Amino acid sequence: MDWKLTGSQPVYQQIMAAIRGAILQGALPPGKKIPSVRDLAAQAQVNPNTMQRALTELEREGLLVSGGTSGRRVTQDEAVLAAMREDTLHQLALECAEKFMVFGVSPGQAAQLLLALEEEKEV
Amino acid sequence: MEQYTLQATNLTKRYGSALALDQLSLSLPQGRIIGLLGPNGSGKTTFIKLVAGLLSPTSGEIRVCGQAVGTGSKALVSYLPDRPYFSKQAKVTDQLDFFEDFYADFDRLRAEQMLKALGISPQARFRELSKGSQEKIQLVLVMSRRARLYLLDEPIGGVDPAARDYILNTIITNFAPEATILISTHLIADVERVLDDFLFLHQGRILRSGCVDTVREETGKSLDELFREVFKCLPNC
Repeated sequence: MDWKLTGSQPVYQQIMAAIRGAILQGALPPGKKIPSVRDLAAQAQVNPNTMQRALTELEREGLLVSGGTSGRRVTQDEAVLAAMREDTLHQLALECAEKFMVFGVSPGQAAQLLLALEEEKEV
Repeated sequence: MEQYTLQATNLTKRYGSALALDQLSLSLPQGRIIGLLGPNGSGKTTFIKLVAGLLSPTSGEIRVCGQAVGTGSKALVSYLPDRPYFSKQAKVTDQLDFFEDFYADFDRLRAEQMLKALGISPQARFRELSKGSQEKIQLVLVMSRRARLYLLDEPIGGVDPAARDYILNTIITNFAPEATILISTHLIADVERVLDDFLFLHQGRILRSGCVDTVREETGKSLDELFREVFKCLPNC
């Protein structure tokens, strides 16, 4: 997994985003068992307490399910996964729109730029 | 009553007329990694040496898991000094023997495994080893004890970025839930993601303290940014 933990956002939130990303990209498929808190903490070079917090929050969101002693798995609940995907894409669109707004480009104009990008590829 | 792993009350230390610690009080719970952060001369090393029992306070009190500083507390505290103290002539294995004799909680097998992973031969003499290797060995020894309180004074001070990663990894992977780790450093950007909590020390007093992720949440700043901001306007930094 790609851990880019550099921003000034709380570390546990950055970890949550990284894990959501890995699930969306298919690196962590539904039902996949995830490594232990300790292993993940070592991988990401973060405090185990922080990793624990991130995993607990993801569990609360329903994205991870705890199997007791057998560790945590990625949920197989399609509805939860679909909602997460929608949320993440919505968030991405929001960030994208904010960046365009800095230059005075409205979301509508931005959409046209994106469409033009697609046409360029097709040519 | 909750028992703190480390509790200091009105701790003062003077060196002649210089005041190194000024009525400092703090309580550290178990299971946390805490950064002791401050500019040079803010009292970090003095505080750590007092807790390790290498210095005596001018006034005030320190308790480690309820015990006063002494033989009892030293069995609970694993201390990494700010520079290695090995004899140049000694072999690595001599130092392992030394730790095994001195500390009942020393896990020799664990230390040997970590040294092996580092590619350091137990037969090597310290004069043959680089400063970075010596610092790594020191950390391996200190983290191989099953202590309640680890005092790490500038563990990443003199080493390159790759060695820093190794050292931080060693700290994280050896961190047991019942232990508390106090790390002193001024290289905040490098350690901030392994810290739970922080203490900013300035002229022997605690200027600010809290939880690292709470700072990020409330101020939108990294600990490094907050440190620069807090210490920018202060005299004698």
